[in-house]
Formats: sequence, C-alpha cells, structure tokens
Amino acid sequence: MLDNKGHPNRLGVWGWLGGGTWGLERYLYTLHRLTGLGLLLYFLLHIVVTSARAFGPEAWAASMGRVSGGVFVLGEFLVFAAFAFHASNGVRLILVELGFAIGNPIEPIYPYRTSVHEQRPLALGILVLAGLVLAAGGYNFLAHLSH
Amino acid sequence: MTAPVNVTFRIRRYDPASQQPPAWEDVTIPYTHGMTVLDGLRVIKETRSATLAWRSSCRMGVCGSCGMFINGHPRLACNTQITELGTSLVTVAPLPNFDIIRDLVPDLRPMFDAHAALMPHLIRDDVQEMYEPTGEYFQTPHELEQFLQFSYCIKCGCCMAACPTMATDPAYSGPMPLAQSHRYNVDSRDGGFGTRKQVLATEKGPWKCHYAGECSQACPKGVDPARAIQLMKRQLVFDYLRLYKQPCPSKVVPKPTEMKRRADVPEAPAPTL
Ligand code: SF4
Ligand code: SF4
Ligand code: FES
Repeated sequence: MLDNKGHPNRLGVWGWLGGGTWGLERYLYTLHRLTGLGLLLYFLLHIVVTSARAFGPEAWAASMGRVSGGVFVLGEFLVFAAFAFHASNGVRLILVELGFAIGNPIEPIYPYRTSVHEQRPLALGILVLAGLVLAAGGYNFLAHLSH
Repeated sequence: MTAPVNVTFRIRRYDPASQQPPAWEDVTIPYTHGMTVLDGLRVIKETRSATLAWRSSCRMGVCGSCGMFINGHPRLACNTQITELGTSLVTVAPLPNFDIIRDLVPDLRPMFDAHAALMPHLIRDDVQEMYEPTGEYFQTPHELEQFLQFSYCIKCGCCMAACPTMATDPAYSGPMPLAQSHRYNVDSRDGGFGTRKQVLATEKGPWKCHYAGECSQACPKGVDPARAIQLMKRQLVFDYLRLYKQPCPSKVVPKPTEMKRRADVPEAPAPTL
C-alpha cells in the first residue's frame, strides 16, 4: 500500500481561468461565477446604503450623496452588465442542466461530437442576447448622463 | 507540422524522497517517425534518465493509464503524436487536480474512491440470478443507446484534470464517477436509481457542475461526461417533482432451448472467474 501522501497539485482558482481545452463554455462558467459574486457584493452594499433611510431623510440624502457621481455611475453600469450576462447565461444553464439542448447519447465515433457542440448555438445566442441588453442599457446610461 | 529533427521534452519531475518541490527538467532527443509522447518518454528513460516515472500499459488508448498534462491539455500520452502538437517543445506534467506521487504519476485514488461511492454496478433484487445466471437480462437496442456512450470510459482521469469545479472543490465527485453512476442509472437492467439517489442528492452529486463542458472536450474516448451529468440532474429534478417513474429492471429471458450449435462454431471456453 502506498504510504506517501503525494505533493498537492490542485489547480485552485487558476483552474477556472485556464486549462482543459480552454473552451468557450469554461469562460462562460468562470464569468458566471464572477458576475454572481459581483452581484452578491452589490446587493450587500445596496442594503447597507439604503438602510440609511431608517435613520431619517437627512441620513438618506447623505448616504445617496456619497454614492453618486462618476465612478459610481461606472460601477452601476458594471452591475448592469453583470446582470445582463448572468441572467442570459442563467437561462442557458437552466435549460442545459435540465438536459435540454445537449442532444441524446450517441455512439462515440472519431472525431467526437459532444453535447458541448450541440449547445454551442445556444451559448452564442445568449451572448448575443446579453450584448443586446447591454447595448440598450448602455444607451440608456449615456442618455441619462448627458442630462 | 513538418516533423522536427529533435524534440525537447520539458518534464515536471518530483521525487518524494528529496523534500524538494516539483521542478522542470529539459531533455532533447532525436525525433523518429511516428513518435508519440509516450514513445519519447520511453526513449528518455532508456537513454537519459532511468529514474523517470510514469504509468502506462496498453500503448493504444485502451487502458487509461497514461493520462498526462501535455502542452497545457490533459491527454493520453500514447494517443498524442508529437507532430500533432505543432511544436518541438513538449511540456509534460502530471494530471492536475490529483496529488503527485512521483514525476508524472498522479494519485488517482480519490477518483476511484468517488467512483466506488456512486455504486457503478447493476443493483437488482435477484442477486442469485446475477451470480448464477439462468438466462440474459432483456435489453432493446434503444435501451442500450441510452448508456452505451458513457460505457466507453477508460477511467484515465483527463476529464477530472480539465474540470474547473475539480480545481477548487475536493468534495466534488467529478465528471468520471458521476458519468459512470448515470451510466448505470439509465441501464434498463438496473434497479438502483433509488439507492444511488441517496448519495447523488448530497454534495457528492452533480450539483456543483455548471456545464463548463471541459470534461467532454478533453475526453479522449468521446464519452461526454458533461452530457451524462446534465441528464442525471434532469432525472433527479424530475424525480424530486414526482415526474419521473423508474421503469422496472428488465426481466430475465431464458436461454433458448431449440437452438442448435453450428458444427463449425466451437463451444465457448469455461468461465475463468
Ligand atoms: S470520461 Fe473520458 S476523460 Fe474521463 S475518465 Fe472516462 S475516458 Fe477518461
Ligand atoms: S461540465 Fe461539469 S463536470 Fe464537466 S468540466 Fe464542466 S463543471 Fe466539470
Ligand atoms: S498506455 Fe494505455 S491508454 Fe495510454
């Protein structure tokens, strides 16, 4: 029986960023996680900032004042971008994880065609959808800024 | 790529006795026609570095021993032509996401433990029939197709090395064990979904997979574990919603009695196990 425990070789977070076959879906997976964490952080900050309302209108106005202006508008746009991607990709994941759009099991004959190829049009579709939502939102942000 | 004259192997070496962390070592050898990465390693072991360790056996992509991280991709060393890599620099490291035992030898035990925990075998009530068959379990070609693809797995671990969830989560069972569990869940001869479900509904189950698809792209046998895992989730969710009804495991078809052996077909040899 082997007694040495071996040298650790788990990739860690680097394994999210690269490795395997460096495929598109890996980056959708990683971006989904990062945007999810970003949105979570935003919600926590949102609760902290808006909870100022409980301490009266002045506290509310002061709190709002602290989070207005250039960098926060950019931040809000990034939150919106994260939402656009996370929501669109979430729809793809719900479909795929319920076994839709991945095709039926087939006999593997080289060159192999996998479920990843089957769902690729859906993956590209959600990227286009996220892009459209982002463009519409960006237009809205710019229009808002110019006033 | 045109064949190179020489090829340099950049090999990740690790000796557990030395107390030193793994380090890269470069070795240049002459290229010979048709050389695979495994062939190159053999030349190095025979002519340059007798202590180099790795696992391999069949040399034809069947045994699943020679999974390695070759030029940044998990691959079978025996199945990878040097010319296919498009460069004369071949980096070879042990499969990531497994501890390193020595040089290119990964410790695959966690994968096989997870595999065993997900009960990759037929589970039926008629145990006596399984050990001393009186006939065959009936199965249609359509029923066979539901799992045939997943049964081509050679347990090489390339999918485990490619999976981003495996990269950060030691509790995740991983693509190979999950796909093999699904292979039995959808086998019409099996009645074990209810038993396996007890494990699959926990953190060992498929829930941490979010379809990065890398396992399926990396698999050298076209097994498509990502497909198996998503179909498994579908089955588990539908079962939870009481929309899935597990069919009864197929019945035993008795051996035909009126058949006659053709004179030119010999008897099967006696079972060895
Ligand atoms: S699913 Fe493919 S990559 Fe994974 S262990 Fe099986 S053969 Fe290897
Ligand atoms: S599809 Fe699931 S199991 Fe396969 S690599 Fe991605 S996260 Fe891992
Ligand atoms: S030596 Fe058997 S799969 Fe490579």
